Amino acid sequence: MSTLPGRSGDNGPDPWAVLRGATRARVALGRAGDGLPTARELEFRLAHAVARDAVHTALDPEVVRAGLDGLPVVEVHSAAADRAEYLQRPDLGRRLAPGWSLPRPEADVAIVLADGLSPRAVHEHGAALTTALLDRLADWSVGPVVLAAQARVALGDEIGAALGARVVLVLIGERPGLSAADSLGIYLTWAPRPGRTDSERNCVSNVRPPHGLGYAEAADLVLRLLEGARELGASGVALKDEGPSLPSESGHRSPPGIPAGADPRTG
Amino acid sequence: MSTRRTTLSGHTFEFPSLVELMAKATPARSGDVLAGCAAESAAERVAAQTVLADLPLATFLEEQVVGYEEDDVTRLILDTHDAAAFAPVASLTVGDFRDRLLAWAAAGDEAAISGLARGLTPEMVAAVSKLMRNADLVAVGRRTRVVTGLRSTLGLPGRLASRLQPNHPTDDPVGVTASIVDGLLQGSGDAVIGINPATDSPARTVALLELVDAVIRRYDIPTQSCVLAHVTTTLRALEQGAPVDLVFQSVAGTQAANRGFGVTLDLLAQARAGALELGRGTVGRNVTYFETGQGSALSADAHRGIGGRPVDQQTLECRAYAVARHFEPLLVNTVVGFIGPEYLYDGKQVVRAGLEDHFCGKLLGLPMGVDVCYTNHAEVDADDTDSLMLLLGAAGCSFLIAVPGSDDVMLHYQSLSFSDVLTARQVLGLRPAPEFEEWLARMDLLDDGGRVRDLAPDAPTARALLAAAAR
Repeated sequence: MSTLPGRSGDNGPDPWAVLRGATRARVALGRAGDGLPTARELEFRLAHAVARDAVHTALDPEVVRAGLDGLPVVEVHSAAADRAEYLQRPDLGRRLAPGWSLPRPEADVAIVLADGLSPRAVHEHGAALTTALLDRLADWSVGPVVLAAQARVALGDEIGAALGARVVLVLIGERPGLSAADSLGIYLTWAPRPGRTDSERNCVSNVRPPHGLGYAEAADLVLRLLEGARELGASGVALKDEGPSLPSESGHRSPPGIPAGADPRTG
Repeated sequence: MSTRRTTLSGHTFEFPSLVELMAKATPARSGDVLAGCAAESAAERVAAQTVLADLPLATFLEEQVVGYEEDDVTRLILDTHDAAAFAPVASLTVGDFRDRLLAWAAAGDEAAISGLARGLTPEMVAAVSKLMRNADLVAVGRRTRVVTGLRSTLGLPGRLASRLQPNHPTDDPVGVTASIVDGLLQGSGDAVIGINPATDSPARTVALLELVDAVIRRYDIPTQSCVLAHVTTTLRALEQGAPVDLVFQSVAGTQAANRGFGVTLDLLAQARAGALELGRGTVGRNVTYFETGQGSALSADAHRGIGGRPVDQQTLECRAYAVARHFEPLLVNTVVGFIGPEYLYDGKQVVRAGLEDHFCGKLLGLPMGVDVCYTNHAEVDADDTDSLMLLLGAAGCSFLIAVPGSDDVMLHYQSLSFSDVLTARQVLGLRPAPEFEEWLARMDLLDDGGRVRDLAPDAPTARALLAAAAR
């Protein structure tokens, strides 16, 4: 039995509300014996289930095509055959499976929609974010939208190089957390070719309106990065002052056991 | 370097080097497949284990996995090897060593097992662990005694401590304090109150150190604080006179991987000396804290050994323990399940790795704790972490990491919760660190049976601590 009153009493005299109001962390949950009360246990279980489902949903090209309103879309698949292989072999998710061919439009910008660790993020935000980007790219020629399954960020290097693009934008599903399972990240790489490193990319993270970054806001940020990269002829740490470079896990927020440079969310 | 071979069921298996033998003898895990060093069949794995069982332990003093000339971790291991401590097992093979450990464990001979530490190399310990089943790892780990202290004493028989990890996405002082209070009210924090800062800014690190120090002093809590910033940041905090109890650093098993972390052995020695000079201990003088985790070297592309061959991640993990033990740590924990499914794919691999790391660290003389955790893209859930937690409790694990409601809102992964630690203590009859247990009693947080109370919010202690959070 829980000794705590319900969570709804935050405005009432509940002294635990002080704790709950101070942080997003799951504090003051109460206990049932030495375990969690059933309601709290089920809340946690649901958050994990939603995140798991986001990881394991298959990318559905029709959902993305429907949102893109007839724009040309090219589908590709990484060398990772299925989700289990994708999760265990990031190296395979970074290169194309044999047999996929791409046109060579020699456009300035290649846009790659990649499932990453949350196909759900691509379903929910991929088309709308792409549209917002295209609205701002009047100055640039843009190739067909490439829809990549079982893809890591670096797959964009091979795709961008094959398309003959000057720059590739990879819009990819980020690793679902308990509070957000539908975040899309955007990785910009100038002069894409296989072998580019994470330090040669810039990233705009957490696109997921209404809770995270909005489409217009994210597209504006990307446009500024694109202009900076064109001027510099490079992306990555050199572009740092012009916009956000790779955030979180790639630098000082290195989680326990992970050195700088690894990107466990999408890498 | 000679090729070793064995014939099993009419098939001959060959292992051209010690590096390959060790890798192929390792229980299956995704990280070794990714590195390209895993056994290619179940039979090849057992063949490697069979060859390994007949290898004299002393082989590891003559033949290296990572070269002596090019790697300072190897030099540290061999240059500090204690031949006298090694003597009782010097003539044994790896297989005999396993049998001997199990016999000592069954007889409860803690002194015989624990006395070996400085005579063992990480490779010897990794090798014997590869021959052991999970229950073997628990049985021997339970009889390996490593006691350390600063303001609480850790590793005593019948005790299970916890690190209270009050992380916050922006290091907000009120948010951090709320999580600290939540943990203290549930009997967590006897190993350390340890924060992973959201940024590595020296000013922020000092502010967090002062915040936790103030809580500890105000309520006279017999524990220590740590802000898990990079060692160079902690050095700067020390220069500024900040209240540093513990110097923290993530370490790995090769010089190249440690370079990737921006760490050298000299830097660690310098920071430890600085913390020792502050003399902040009451019951001991252990002032360092290290985290490790299988896969860290591979993720930094720093996992190669003799001949450029990939070394398996469990052997490399054990080598990280040699780095840690050189600095006489208060706490060491492996972070098992955080790094992702490409290193440990599912619950079976995570449980196995957690038990291996605990056993190997302890046998090498480390005060070993574990961050029992998982990410949402691994085939792991809370049932798996419950299993590992209880197994570690049975294995005499020094401490477990706990966060509010299992949800780390800064690092975005799931670890154990404060109430999970209570469950482990209750089920296994374990108690908090003695000084901390006395403090809990003093604060009226324990009932007559010594169990952490289910507190009503108007209890005087709860009110006092909640008021602290409100400030």
